[in-house]
Amino acid sequence: MGMTIAEKILASKSGAARVAPGEIVDAYPDVVMSHTATWRSVSVMRRIGATKLYDPERLAIVLDHISPAKTEKYAQDQQTSRNFAREYGIRKFYDVDAGIAHLVLMEHGHIKPGDLIVGTDSHCTIYGALGSLGTGIGYTEVTSVWVTGKLWMKVPTTLRFVLNGQFVIGVSAKDLMLHLIGRLGADGCGYKSAEFYGDALPRMSISERMTMANLAMEMGSKCVFVPPDEKTAEYLRPRLQDPATQYQPVYADADALYEQEIRVDLSQLEPMVACPHQVENTKPITEVVGTRIDQAFLGSCANGKYEDLAVAAQILRGRKVDPRVRLIVTPGSREILLQAMHSGVLQTLVESGALVTNPGCGACAGDGGTMADGEVSLSTANRNFIGRMGSPKSSIYLSSPATLAASAVKGAIADPREFL
Amino acid sequence: MPATQIEGRVFKFGDNVNSDIIIAGRYLIYIDPKELAQHAFEMLGEGFPARLTQYDILVAGRNFGCGSAREQASTAIKGLGIKAVVAASFARTFYRNAINDGLTIVECPELYAAVAEGDRIAIELASGRITHQGGEYAFPQMPDSVRRILELGGLANYLKANLPAGS
Repeated sequence: MGMTIAEKILASKSGAARVAPGEIVDAYPDVVMSHTATWRSVSVMRRIGATKLYDPERLAIVLDHISPAKTEKYAQDQQTSRNFAREYGIRKFYDVDAGIAHLVLMEHGHIKPGDLIVGTDSHCTIYGALGSLGTGIGYTEVTSVWVTGKLWMKVPTTLRFVLNGQFVIGVSAKDLMLHLIGRLGADGCGYKSAEFYGDALPRMSISERMTMANLAMEMGSKCVFVPPDEKTAEYLRPRLQDPATQYQPVYADADALYEQEIRVDLSQLEPMVACPHQVENTKPITEVVGTRIDQAFLGSCANGKYEDLAVAAQILRGRKVDPRVRLIVTPGSREILLQAMHSGVLQTLVESGALVTNPGCGACAGDGGTMADGEVSLSTANRNFIGRMGSPKSSIYLSSPATLAASAVKGAIADPREFL
Repeated sequence: MPATQIEGRVFKFGDNVNSDIIIAGRYLIYIDPKELAQHAFEMLGEGFPARLTQYDILVAGRNFGCGSAREQASTAIKGLGIKAVVAASFARTFYRNAINDGLTIVECPELYAAVAEGDRIAIELASGRITHQGGEYAFPQMPDSVRRILELGGLANYLKANLPAGS
């Protein structure tokens, strides 16, 4: 019997010839990422009296949530993280100006196909966009990996998703994922790996693949894989800092065992919206058109990438944001901000009435854009949990960047197909 | 070392209780169990979290602790004085964090269907059984390597006792 991608990576990182679902292995991650939570891992390290790292080159630290510091407590915590990075000579350290950890690490060539990445963030699944196994862990586990180099992991079973056909105009990877989360439920892929295949994949950009691998967390996925192809190689070529950096893409065996196959015809999908207060509470846009919104947030590791900003700008060009709506745009990273500046996308957004913030997690992590009682937010982020963006009496809808831009113009949830 | 039997009154939740509900993002500036417990479940409205301090065990439906990987979700529950969480299923990051925090967790969908708020249950960890109103419910044991972390009261203690030479 052959192996799936998750089985192959976990076997290779734990020094086993083969592993099977359900088995527990001690795996050695290639990258251990910590974001704003870094100070907590530092405090555990001090508490247990450890002073040496297994391998400082495997650590990556990005201060992305609540950046720059908004209170003295955050400032102290960020200082703890910064001092730790200096003391231990952490080369993959990025300060509050860099952007969202996931995007920053991929943009800087720190993530390669076949790598195992763990980090203090559930959306580490996003690294699967490049064919890497990424998964979230707690801050004490991060300390444990810092010090021992390893982590116990259970080998997951795998679901196989087959995507065929083409999106119609106005429908995107976000809509596909909201469709899947609604269809399978919040734990439909719980503790499982997801592999994506189908004739649609070669056409999908790395940015779309990132959205897919990111959102797949919201159906409980432990890890997600888009098998590397020519697009992956193109993305990585200028980013791998050391020209000698080699990587070995990992593919599933033809006779690998899947728990289930789920097929989607992309041409049948329409724009989707997740309604309050669960991501699985999805509806086709036609059922929610006209719902008034007070705020629209374009950003996050799900949809704060350059292509996401560009799609919104395409709709907003020559139009104005409804005066009753606060449109907040938070580019995912410094690289994305620069690209949007050079291409004119940023100017279009600002001219339309958008408020553009510094790169980072922004309103998705409760940093600015806090909602008052009774207010409604439309967001391109990945979670609409009660109170996540402020008052527990506010509500959050989730959509694609195109739906968000159309809705910002109308002042109410709107169908982007009318604008394209 | 946690007790081999945990007994007490049950508070019952439904499916998909996410970690933002357990502890909101704005409180992640804390890591102390008592500080976190003051704000645990406050999204659920008036009476929370004070109401929960009258119970010993939380019982929940599917996918308890889904969403954010925040370790403070299990820490906050511990800080409330809750001795165990029994759920039909757990989200994987909560499952790991609970073990690493030394919080006893048990997967038992059959009990979830049978139990009501305020009922008393007894969890026998060694034999993998829960008793409730004369009924008995079996649950799967954790692998030995993982149970050792829980028995030492969490990952920090485990790590301290097993530090690699020279670290």
